[in-house]
Amino acid sequence: MSSSERQAISPDLATVTAMKSGDQSAMAELYDRYSSVVYAVALRVLGDTGAAEDVLQEVFLQLWRNPGAFDAARGSLGAWLAVIARNRAIDSLRKRRPETEIDDVIVSVAPDLASDADRSRAAQKIRVMLGEMPTAQRSALELAYFEGMSHSEIATKTGEPLGTIKTRIRAGLTALRKAFQT
Amino acid sequence: MNQHEQFAEDLALYALDALEGEDRARLEQHLASCSECRVELEHLRGDGALLALSTVGPKPPARARQRLLDAMAKEAQSESRARAAADTTRPHKSWWGWLGWAATAAVLVLAASLWKENSILQANLASLGSRASENVRELEELRRITAPLTASEAQHITLVAVKTPPQPQGKAFYLRNRASLVFMANNMPPLPPQKAYELWLLPAPGGAPIPAGVFKPDAHGSATVVNPPLPANTEAKAFAITVENEAGASSPTMPIVMMGTGE
Repeated sequence: MSSSERQAISPDLATVTAMKSGDQSAMAELYDRYSSVVYAVALRVLGDTGAAEDVLQEVFLQLWRNPGAFDAARGSLGAWLAVIARNRAIDSLRKRRPETEIDDVIVSVAPDLASDADRSRAAQKIRVMLGEMPTAQRSALELAYFEGMSHSEIATKTGEPLGTIKTRIRAGLTALRKAFQT
Repeated sequence: MNQHEQFAEDLALYALDALEGEDRARLEQHLASCSECRVELEHLRGDGALLALSTVGPKPPARARQRLLDAMAKEAQSESRARAAADTTRPHKSWWGWLGWAATAAVLVLAASLWKENSILQANLASLGSRASENVRELEELRRITAPLTASEAQHITLVAVKTPPQPQGKAFYLRNRASLVFMANNMPPLPPQKAYELWLLPAPGGAPIPAGVFKPDAHGSATVVNPPLPANTEAKAFAITVENEAGASSPTMPIVMMGTGE
């Protein structure tokens, strides 16, 4: 990791380290930084503000109870929280017990997105890219990601063959990665 | 690389929790012994996270912040918090020492077996009430135990007598009545591109060696095999390793490169 990357990460790293040793104000700071991302994802999946608020509570409480689950050296806390939020929201949507424990979720996103400015720039770039993506590809991604559909459910819903859905989703993720890296 | 290309699409689906059934089971088995794919999975999860991060929405209600702080304050004195803090600062060295190798091995293999049964347990959990959440906590704990064995980022350290260079070494933990096997190898020499090591169970009553997993060492010469499919209740006289083609073989190709009998 270069020193500039380390500097970019350090706003989160210091706060996360403090949080891990039980500092409640550090946790409050992380909440202030990332609660809108978590809430927005949960709301997008669930479409219900009460349920989204419950997911918001659960995600941050889980992190507070089990701080070892997130490794700050691996990358962005924001990305990690977004994935956890999405997983919990899908579990709630599908009314099922959690399928992945938060310790199992390792998310690599580079570079880090600690500052609000970085995050809104990244979010804007991704939204533009999603807008330019072929509709069928974006739709497959969104059905999988925000509605928790399996590849066979998406195939049934869209009337497309399984193989096509697999290819679309892979191509969609590749396109997201390329857009984010340029 | 052919094998990984075949899994590339499945990996993308798996990263979004959209892969099911046989495809999912096959991929999970592959992931258990392929650190390259596990790393790619992390990156794919990151790509998925970009979708989440691009979501726009209203800010959460102000009361949610206080609700969280109140819940945290209530938990601040709780035992579980102290335990979690201890987990992150101190590895369970004394626990390992106290249990000893044999008991540890049994627990590890039991953990791996429980891990395999996890998908069945998950389906039954909904109707089991509070007993279910106890099982989940136990599973969490046991999965945490097995994580250092199989996580790609875990360090593998071989200890030998001072002034001795590390030799290739393998350790197999086998629980016959659950047909559960956890195998770890260190300092394995690298192989040419189309080759892999294959582990074999040599049955005590005699008969053909049973395939017990194909693996390739990572850059450090380490490898793990977790719960390959094995016939039930087979007593093992010994375990052996041969070099085979990447896809594995149904009977071993001589010579045997490593072998061990029970301790």
